[in-house]
Parts: sequence; C-alpha cells; structure tokens
Amino acid sequence: MSQNTLRRVSPIVYVMVLAAMVIFLVPIYMALITALKNPAEINLATAWNLPSYPYWQSFVEAYNMLLPSLRNSLVLTITGTVLSALVGSINGFVFSKNRFRGSEVVFTLFLFGMFIPYQIILIPLFQLLRAIGIYGSLYGLILAHVVYGIPITTLIFRNFYDQIPDSIVESARLDGAGFFGLYGRLFLPLSVPGFVVVGIWQFTQIWNEFLWGVTLTKQSSQPVTVGLAQLAGGQAVNWNLPMAGSFLAGFPVLLIYIFFGRYFIRGLLAGSVKE
Amino acid sequence: MKKGLTLMITLLLLLPMVSVWAGGQQEGTATAEETETVAVPEVKLDYGKPSGDLEIFSWWAGDEAPALNALIDLYNDNYPQVEVINATVTGGSGVNAKAVLKTRMLGGDPPDSFQVHAGQELIGTWVAAERMLDLTPLFESEGWMDVIPEDLINLIGTENGIWSVPVNVHRSNVMWYIPENLEEWGVEAPQSWDEFLEIAEDLEAQGVTPLSLATNWTVNHLWESVALGVLGADKYDGLWNGELSWTSDEAVEVWATLDEVLEYTNDDFSSLSWQQATDLVVGGDAAFNIMGDWAAGYMSTTLNLEPGSDYSWAASPGTDGVFMFLADSFGFPKGVKNPAATLAWLKTCGSKKGQDTFNPLKGSISARTDSDLSKYNDYSQSAAEDFADNRIVGSLAHGVTANEGFMNDFATVMEMFLNNRNPEQAANAAQAIAIQNGIVSR
Amino acid sequence: MVGSKKNTVYSMLILLPSLILLLVFVYGFIGNSFYVSLTDWGTGAALRENPVKNLIGLENYRQLFTGAIHERFRQDLINAIFYSLFLVAGTLGLGLFLAIMLDKGPKGENILRTIFLFPMALSFVVTGTIWRWIFSPKGGVNLIPTWFGMERGDFLWLSSREKVALFNWQSVPQIIAFILFVIFAFMLYGGWKNGRKTQTVWGAVLSGLMLFYAAVLHYLLPPILPYAEFHGFSLATVGIIIAAVWQYSGYTMALYLAGLRGLPVAMYESAKMDGAGDITYYLKIAIPNMWPITLSAIIIISHISLKLFALIFSMAGADNASTGHPSVLMYLITFRANNFAVGAAISVILFLMAALFIIPYLIQSYRARR
Repeated sequence: MSQNTLRRVSPIVYVMVLAAMVIFLVPIYMALITALKNPAEINLATAWNLPSYPYWQSFVEAYNMLLPSLRNSLVLTITGTVLSALVGSINGFVFSKNRFRGSEVVFTLFLFGMFIPYQIILIPLFQLLRAIGIYGSLYGLILAHVVYGIPITTLIFRNFYDQIPDSIVESARLDGAGFFGLYGRLFLPLSVPGFVVVGIWQFTQIWNEFLWGVTLTKQSSQPVTVGLAQLAGGQAVNWNLPMAGSFLAGFPVLLIYIFFGRYFIRGLLAGSVKE
Repeated sequence: MKKGLTLMITLLLLLPMVSVWAGGQQEGTATAEETETVAVPEVKLDYGKPSGDLEIFSWWAGDEAPALNALIDLYNDNYPQVEVINATVTGGSGVNAKAVLKTRMLGGDPPDSFQVHAGQELIGTWVAAERMLDLTPLFESEGWMDVIPEDLINLIGTENGIWSVPVNVHRSNVMWYIPENLEEWGVEAPQSWDEFLEIAEDLEAQGVTPLSLATNWTVNHLWESVALGVLGADKYDGLWNGELSWTSDEAVEVWATLDEVLEYTNDDFSSLSWQQATDLVVGGDAAFNIMGDWAAGYMSTTLNLEPGSDYSWAASPGTDGVFMFLADSFGFPKGVKNPAATLAWLKTCGSKKGQDTFNPLKGSISARTDSDLSKYNDYSQSAAEDFADNRIVGSLAHGVTANEGFMNDFATVMEMFLNNRNPEQAANAAQAIAIQNGIVSR
Repeated sequence: MVGSKKNTVYSMLILLPSLILLLVFVYGFIGNSFYVSLTDWGTGAALRENPVKNLIGLENYRQLFTGAIHERFRQDLINAIFYSLFLVAGTLGLGLFLAIMLDKGPKGENILRTIFLFPMALSFVVTGTIWRWIFSPKGGVNLIPTWFGMERGDFLWLSSREKVALFNWQSVPQIIAFILFVIFAFMLYGGWKNGRKTQTVWGAVLSGLMLFYAAVLHYLLPPILPYAEFHGFSLATVGIIIAAVWQYSGYTMALYLAGLRGLPVAMYESAKMDGAGDITYYLKIAIPNMWPITLSAIIIISHISLKLFALIFSMAGADNASTGHPSVLMYLITFRANNFAVGAAISVILFLMAALFIIPYLIQSYRARR
C-alpha cells in the first residue's frame, strides 16, 4: 500500500501502537531507573519505582570497569568491519559483474558459511589460532570475524552491485576499462551506500558477539560483551552496575543505529529478502 | 545447472572427508610422540630474579577480592619489580573461570599461576594432562613438608609429585544461624537430620523457611553435608574409594533424606546466589543455611556481623567431629612466560605471613599448622581447632573427592533428582556416572 | 554477465583467498568437529598437549540419545525445538501485527519504527542482563499484579521446573514415524490426485512402512531407553522466549513493512471495490502475497533461535537446566566436563538442525539466481 494514502487513521491503531511502544520501552525504563539508583536503594520490591535521586556514580564505576574491554571492542570492531567490508566489496564485484562458469557454485559455497552455528567450528578454530600463534590476542578475534564475515558482506555487495545496470559496465569496458580500472574508478566510488550498509551490519555483529569473546580471549583482549557478562555474573547484589554497563555496551551500536537507521533496515533486507 | 549442483554437493561432502583424513594423519603422529614422554618435570629453584608481569588467574572477585588483594600487596612489597595482573573471572564457585582457564590452557597460553581446588579437580584434570610441574623441591626447600599436615599433602599430591600450594582450608559442613532469631522461634541448632525435620515443621508453622538454599551448585553442597550426616565419615569415604556402592541402601537413604530436607527450603532457590541465601538467614526469613565457611567471611567482612554473637554456627546435622574440607591452591603450569615471578608467587602463597594475611580476610584458616591464631576471628579459631583434632574428609562439590567429569555429571544427576525426586533412580544414575568417570571400577 | 578470459583469471585470483579461507574455516572445521565427535577425546587426559584420540564410531551420538546420563541433552533438544517454534511464531505474529499497524500510517511512524527496531541492535548479553532483572522472582513483572491490589505473582520465570505437554522419550521413534507417515500420506494423496505414478507408488510404500512401524514394529523392538523418561515444554523457557521475541519482532516488522509497501496500491483498491474490509484484505490478499518474505523470515529466525547461547548464558546462567539449550550444554560439556568429543557431537547435531533450514534455502536461492 502506498505511503501516501490519505486516510483517517483509526484511533484503535493509535491505542495499539502506543501500547506496543510502552511494552517495548519497559526494559529500557527498568534498566535506566535501576542504573540511576544508589545500590542501597535497589530493592526487588520497589523495582519499578523511580530513583529518589539520580546516582550517576553507577555510570562512572561501570565505565571504569568496562574501559579496557570497551577499548578492545572498539579496535576489534573497527578493524574487523573495515577489512571484511573491503573483502566483501571486491568479492561482490566479481560475483555480480564478472561471472564465470561455476561462479554461482562458488557463491553458494560462500553463503553456506553464513548460517552455521558457531559451536561447530569452535574447537578447531582455537586449535588453528593457537597453531599460528595468535590465540588469545585481538588478532585472532579479528581474523575470525573477517573470515566468517565474508559470506554476508559478499552477499550484500553482490546484491548492491546487481542494481548497477550491465549496460554501464559494457560501455566502460568498450572505453577500455580493465578489471581493476572498472572496479577502482567506477564501482568503488559508487559503493559508498554499500559500504555504509555492510559497515553497520558488521559493526553490530562484531560488537555484539559473545561466544568467541568468551572462549578465544584472555583478560587483556576481552570484548565488551564479555566484560559486561562479568560485571553481571558475579553476585547479583549491585544491580546498578550491570544496568549502567548495559547502557555503555549498547550505546555505540544504538548511536549508529539512530543515525543510520535507514541503512540498517536496508542491510537487514539485503541479508534476507533480496533474491 | 544440475551439474553445478551435483558438483557443489560433492564438494560439500568431500571436504569434511579430506579433513577427517588429514586430522587422522595428524593424530597418528601425535600418539607416536606421546609414548616418548615419561619423566615428570620438576620445578627448578633458580629462575633468577623475579621481574616483568605475573598473571594470577582466579575466581575471587567481589567479597572475596580483598583477601586476594592483600596477598598481592604482600607479594608486591617483597617483589616490587613485578607487575601483578589480577585476572579474575567471576561466577559462583569458579564455574565460568574453569571454562576460560581450559580454553587458555588448550590455546597454549597458560596464566602464570591459577587458582584450583586442591584434590581431584587439579589431579584429574591438569596433572592427568601433564600440564603441571612437580613442586616437591619447593616444598622441601621451604620447609612446608613439616608445617602442612600430611593428610593435606597426600590430597594435593600423587605418587609422582606434589602439584599445588594450598593457600587456605575451608570447611564445607557448617550450618549457619542467627542465635537471637533461634531464641525467638524457640528452636536450637539440630544435631541430626531427623531432629532438623522435627524443628522444620515448627519453623514452617511460624512462617519461617527452615533451610535457605541457592543456585544449583549449593544443592550439591547440601547433598554432601546430608550424605556425611546420614552415612558417617567412614561410609562417606567409602563412596569415593569404592567400598560403599552408590546403589546400596545407605546411599539411597541419602537421597531420600535430601528429598525430605528439600521440602523445607525456599522455592525460588535456583534463582538466588549463595550470598542471597545467607541474606535470607541474616534477614530472619530463614532459620538455617548450610554453606562453606566463606559465608563467615561474607557475614563478618561484607555485612559487618560479629561472629559468635551476631551470627553463629554448628557442624551440619549429624557431622559433629568431622571436618569436611576443601582448599584453594595455586600450581605451576608448564610453559609459563615468567617462571621466576611464578616461583616467587608460590613462595608467598605458602609462607606463614602470606597465609596469615590472606586467610583472616577470606574467612578461611591457614593450611599451615604454625599459623598465628590471634589474627583470626572467633569462627576461624574454632575451625582451626576442629581442623586439628577432627576426622578429615574431602568435599565433592568443591573438587576434593572426584574429578571434574564426575562433578559435571553429578550436577546432571542432581538436576534429574530435583525434577523427579526419585531416590532410587538418582542412586542408580550416580552409580553409572561413578563407573563412567572411574570413581568405582566396573 | 560473462567477461573476457583475462577478467575471469582476475576474478578467480580475487576469490581464491576468500575461498581458501572459507574452505578451511567453514568446511574443514566442520569436518574436523565431525571427526572429533567420532572419537573418545575426553577421557582422563583430555587436556594433554597431544591428547590420544581413538575412533569409536557413533558411540557418542548413541550415548546422547539413549544414555542414562545425557537426560539433560534430550531435554535441551526438546527445548531447542520449542525455542525455535515459539520464536518464529512470536516474531512473525508480532512483527506482522506491528507492520500492519504502521502500514496504516499513524503519525510519528519514524519514531515508532525506531522504537520497535532498536532492540535488534543490542547484544544478547545486554538484553539478557536487563531481562534477568525484570524476571527476578520477587521483583519485576511479578510485581505487576500488586498494582491492581492483587498478590505478588510467584512464577519462577527463569528457574521453574514445571513442564507441560509431557511425552515419553521412549515414544520418540513412534512419534517421528507417525509424522513421516502423515507426510508420505500427503505425498501419496498428491500423486494419486495428479496421476503421477511413481509418486503414488513411493508414497504408498513409505507411508505404509511408517504406519507399520508406528503401529506394530515399535512395540516389538526393544525400547530405546530402559525406563520411561518424560520430557516436555519447560515453562522456564517462556522468559527467554519473551526476551528474544522482544529483540527480534522489530526485524520481522521491518521485513513485513517493506513487503506491504511493496504491494501495488491497485491490489488494495480492487480489494476495496470488491467490498473487502481491511481484515479481509490483509488476511486473504496481503499475507499470501508476502509468502516469500515469510519464508525467508522463518529461515532467518529459526537460524537465530539456534544461536541463543549468549542470551541464555547471560539471562539464566549456563547451569540452569530448565532453560537449557544444546549450544549451552556444548559449552558445559566441552569446557567443564572436558568431554571434547561429546561436545563436538552436540555441535554436529546443532549444525544438522541448522542445515535443515540452510540447505533448502541455498538450493532455492541458487535456482533463483540461475
């Protein structure tokens, strides 16, 4: 249905959406009020009540505790995102505009890696990382994220490049553009939206990842998800800290999401509905 | 197109095969190497002057952190050139820490020293895997052979060597209560489980939870106290040395008693931490709690209660005169990055000063017989006396009597029991896992 | 488009590193885990630097499905199926509902869309931490009844041991045979109706076999377990399901909203002309027309449901058997019990469950591209 249908919107719709909105915001409300309570004020029986005064110290403490892992996550996520986006872009270019016999088969082989449960590669993965000497470091995590990011980044870029008409490519080729010329001068400059979509997707994926974080790192290279789980996993007494930590850990992705939300949705769609 | 698909599917099927073959090859050579390693490597006593980084891996955070920090401070006073990295992984009873430690050891990146429960947890996992150095020379040169009880040395060692330095001794079979509250409710600490069940009726009538319980592992903890109370020390030991069958009437009786006791616990136990279970007792919602004596550390240090007056204790029902112990210890993994600093750390852990710095804060007692008892609170002094003259048995829930495979499977059996409350079936399952994990021979 | 020979060489060279990496990291590693699952890696000295591994065939799998001590695995497997079913039903239902509401064009649509979608940007660890607090037995949602003057709720959201829809594990082969019977019976019916001879014959043979097993053979063969073992839907998983639906409904909403907006206006108008109300339009026209979206949403969400590890870990804890999932159990068995081979076997089973969705998807998308 068109967006511009000028119809009166029934009040029932408003009631429903508002109710849904309230329910969706409950966890945020709970997290925020709990984070802003003085630990002494936190009590299960008054869990829903507003704090008597905002206790900002929670955020300071949580920040100090999460700082090393936040830093790790930032390095890990940015490096991983940039590298996997670059690989995905050139792969996507090949699969979209330079098909060869069997390229579809190779592409399908690629896609397979997108859906595997990561438990199945866990043990061999850390054996390999250990064998090449990067176990426990950020490099190991980056490598894993880049490799397992190839399928989705390739898919998104391929779908993106499919939208560029073949005729443009033909005429560029007639003008003498070679493989790299075509990619470097024509496709790369056109790829900015593609990079944004892939970047957002990979950023959220890598930032939010937990299983490898908890098994493939040591203290000094922990990502923030593991840091947060540690913060929350101890004794469930000072609940203000895990809640404040949740905000800190969720903040970077939320920020990106709020500013680039449109692309985020596009990224989601590219990963699923696009044929 | 069909061809492409067929090719793809063939490739998909073929690749795992190839890697299976490659994997098989690799394993073949590995087993060949295996037979060559025989000698047990010992710790050396001259790694040079300690400096650089020392990574200490433990699960002591939160309430238990001050004790570790005090020990680290003492270490730094003696070895200021060493930068100590305090790597703690939180989570009750070290469950999460053990998983992280394993990936690190498998990943060829051992921390310089790590906390491990003395006994089968260390031996069945890390000694069996030949990942530890024999510390006998260190024990001899530091004179620990004379000050650490022989029973304890036997438990942390095998015929091939001594594998870790115990820093503390905890007691597992302790029942905690608030004397004032008991007076008000008109009950006394029970001497046997039968007595407990009588009192429990009375308490429940007054709206008090007779026994507070917490998350999964604390149920195993309760089990071992019930088992000791029902069986007595000899038969309890019999479960571990194969003299008492897990399917015997007595062993079934343990489960049946546990079943009755569980009727008098808080319903929401699975979602509580052990501290919250202690809080229930302190807050007057529950009468008793059975927990190791780290609960004393929690009540004295975190809650600022006075032992003996604000809170009190007794041996768990039917276990008077028996000290069910567990100990934390630190070992020397093979291939550490900083052996000199590790050696210095172990010396600090085992020293009299180190133990008397650490244990008063932790709520535990020293593993040494020559410790300065004046530094300890009333509870610990009484525990130290008991440790000296009681019959000593090992704890299951904290890794003394059984290896990790058994402990993990036992948690499953317990889960099964909590679901169906069938003592016979639990006893049969326990027998099966005891066989499977080599506790009992077939 | 097919380029020149030189282009093809470049193309292959470009793809080669990625291909090699994926062959090793995906296919090689899967093969390796499969191999490990056939060994006994996990006895005594499992953590040696060069552990001895002996091939023992499918013993680990046999133990998982019929061994007395792997009861938790079987319940976890049942949980996994329920997690998938409820997560798919919940996110599709709620997502579609939200999409239809937004499609009506209420004011502030952008803000609403952002609110419904933002949970998706969060890590499962963040979601789990927050929801764990909300589902505390003595706080959070259990307090809601007190607002209306009622007693505090006492449901143990994440640790209840209650199970409903109980069934005996011994009857599982029978149940599977019965389901297959129904499928083959449909095949028979379809073949007979459309006059396809081979299909009719096969349908008849297979459905007959399955019926024979379920009705006769099952009672003659020895049971897979020596005693009755009951499994069912564990009520403690409801909390996890709610948190996961909260997190992913925005995603299905976005998919459906794009789908609804993609339908031609004429479709709506002609439906209106035929006198169809809104409900009829959505039920009879819009939803059936969005079948491809539904299908890919089912695939994606089922796949996400197999990755609940982080959510369960941070929300209920790895030890909590009531909310268990094979992915969590794999972690425990591997890293706590040191039983690498059994851990690998569980991961292979997880992988096969995922493959059930992936392979049809890959074949379908491969065909669509050709």
